[in-house]
Amino acid sequence: MNAVLQPYETPVTPTSKISVRNLNFFYGSFQGLKNINLEILERRVTAFIGPSGCGKSTLLRTLNRMYDLYPGQRAEGEIIMNGKNVLDKSQDLNLLRAKVGMVFQKPTPFPMSIYDNIAFGVKLYESLSKAEMDERVEWALNKAAIWGEVKDKLKQSGLSLSGGQQQRLCIARAVAVKPEVVLLDEPTSALDPISTAKVEELLHELKQDYTIAIVTHNMQQAARVSDFTAYMYLGDLVEYGVTDELFIKPKKKETEDYITGRFG
Amino acid sequence: MSMQSPTLASTASPTSALYRKRVFTNRLALFLSLAAMASGMIFLLWILTTLVVKGIGGLNVAVFTQMTPSPGSAGGLLNAIFGSVVMVTIGTLIATPIGILAGIYLAEFGKTGWVAPTTRFVNDILLSAPSIIIGLFVYTIYVARVQHFSAFAGAIALAIIAIPVIVRTTETMLILVPASLREAAAALGAPEWKVVSYVALRAVRSGVITGILLAVARISGETAPLLFTALNNQFWSSDLNAPMANLPVAIFQFAMSPFENWVELAWAGAMLITFSVLAINIITRVIFRQRSN
Repeated sequence: MNAVLQPYETPVTPTSKISVRNLNFFYGSFQGLKNINLEILERRVTAFIGPSGCGKSTLLRTLNRMYDLYPGQRAEGEIIMNGKNVLDKSQDLNLLRAKVGMVFQKPTPFPMSIYDNIAFGVKLYESLSKAEMDERVEWALNKAAIWGEVKDKLKQSGLSLSGGQQQRLCIARAVAVKPEVVLLDEPTSALDPISTAKVEELLHELKQDYTIAIVTHNMQQAARVSDFTAYMYLGDLVEYGVTDELFIKPKKKETEDYITGRFG
Repeated sequence: MSMQSPTLASTASPTSALYRKRVFTNRLALFLSLAAMASGMIFLLWILTTLVVKGIGGLNVAVFTQMTPSPGSAGGLLNAIFGSVVMVTIGTLIATPIGILAGIYLAEFGKTGWVAPTTRFVNDILLSAPSIIIGLFVYTIYVARVQHFSAFAGAIALAIIAIPVIVRTTETMLILVPASLREAAAALGAPEWKVVSYVALRAVRSGVITGILLAVARISGETAPLLFTALNNQFWSSDLNAPMANLPVAIFQFAMSPFENWVELAWAGAMLITFSVLAINIITRVIFRQRSN
């Protein structure tokens, strides 16, 4: 197993939540990911950085098999979660996605009330009483640090909120279904600095309970929020390790060039 | 490529030939598009004024309270108005579920294979099919079999005209739903039918309703398909299995007659249809605007 890149010198030894083994990904005939091997650790924040088109979003989208929505995209290899290969044909996609939540680059509130935005996902897998649902909605909105701002207008459309609020609503929506893993695909790139700070604080909070994988273009953000960082380039996983070490003393020349801005 | 620029002075000048040519082209294009707009508006206003001038005389309470008269006697259009409302309503009720479901299939599920492209092609042909053909079709498959004209046959013919309109608008609207919204719903573990019906369809609700109302506007003025199916009825009839009066055929019949009171009623009926369709269109737009705000 020495092909598997283990993050070095982990302070405590957390257990692996997701093991990616020999993962290759194809958009038609174009290969988007090349033989990726890595472990995503439980209750830690793992950040994926790299220039545009390096495959970091693609990797994220294989973890909940979002690519399956589009014909012509396919993944080979293994992604082991809870002892099962999620790339198996027998894997139920809806159940997988209920366990592996996702937040996207642009806020995507559903065209319904703030309350229903949260309740939509919960109703899919749980039948709660009105009181239990009220409690769940409040809990999720609290988790996403937006309860105070919306508690008096739960019946208003989710689209009426500001961009930063919409994104926190989407995070609340993902958290409400109590997933095991939360994937975030550049969650703050469309947000102002204050909203970004709120979302980042949120990640610290959320990693108490969830495994988090985040794709970001912002290296300072990766340094601030993550425990582990993976640097990807042209579909390859170049370096993977403890965030502080990767940023202060990268092992590979390419990683150093990228994080110091000498990339080219 | 030389690195030094020849001169830094701006070459923009109101007297240069290039600039004057562009000003001229601009004016010409503006003139042509204004002329095109005017030619459209002139005919619309002409039609509307003619309708009002000729129709307002025949429009009175009797039009809404009395049956179509025999030549020379007084009467109204009550049975024709009723018949049109009934057949357009039934036609819309048949066409709406079929049209929306087919539109959903084309936009959401028919991504691979030949069924969806073929259906889309046939639907486009149906969209522009002459309505008289559809009237004859229903005559052949239904009226000729049961040996009598009926309101139900009329409603079927109207439904066949409305379906492709609704299919088209539903599909077009659903395609406009951003993929990110579908992904967001799928990412929560929602099965595809829930993604479509609770999220995608909801996001374009007003657009789909617009499509239905436009189909209603389209079929409420159709004459040819009703001529071969519902025919006409000079008396009150609410029997779906019998010929039923309706505005377009009544207008057609009365307008061609030599009797002055019939011709006057035809004008009143024509005005009624036109302004109802206009009202439907305006209502649609108002709804659409409110939703998009």
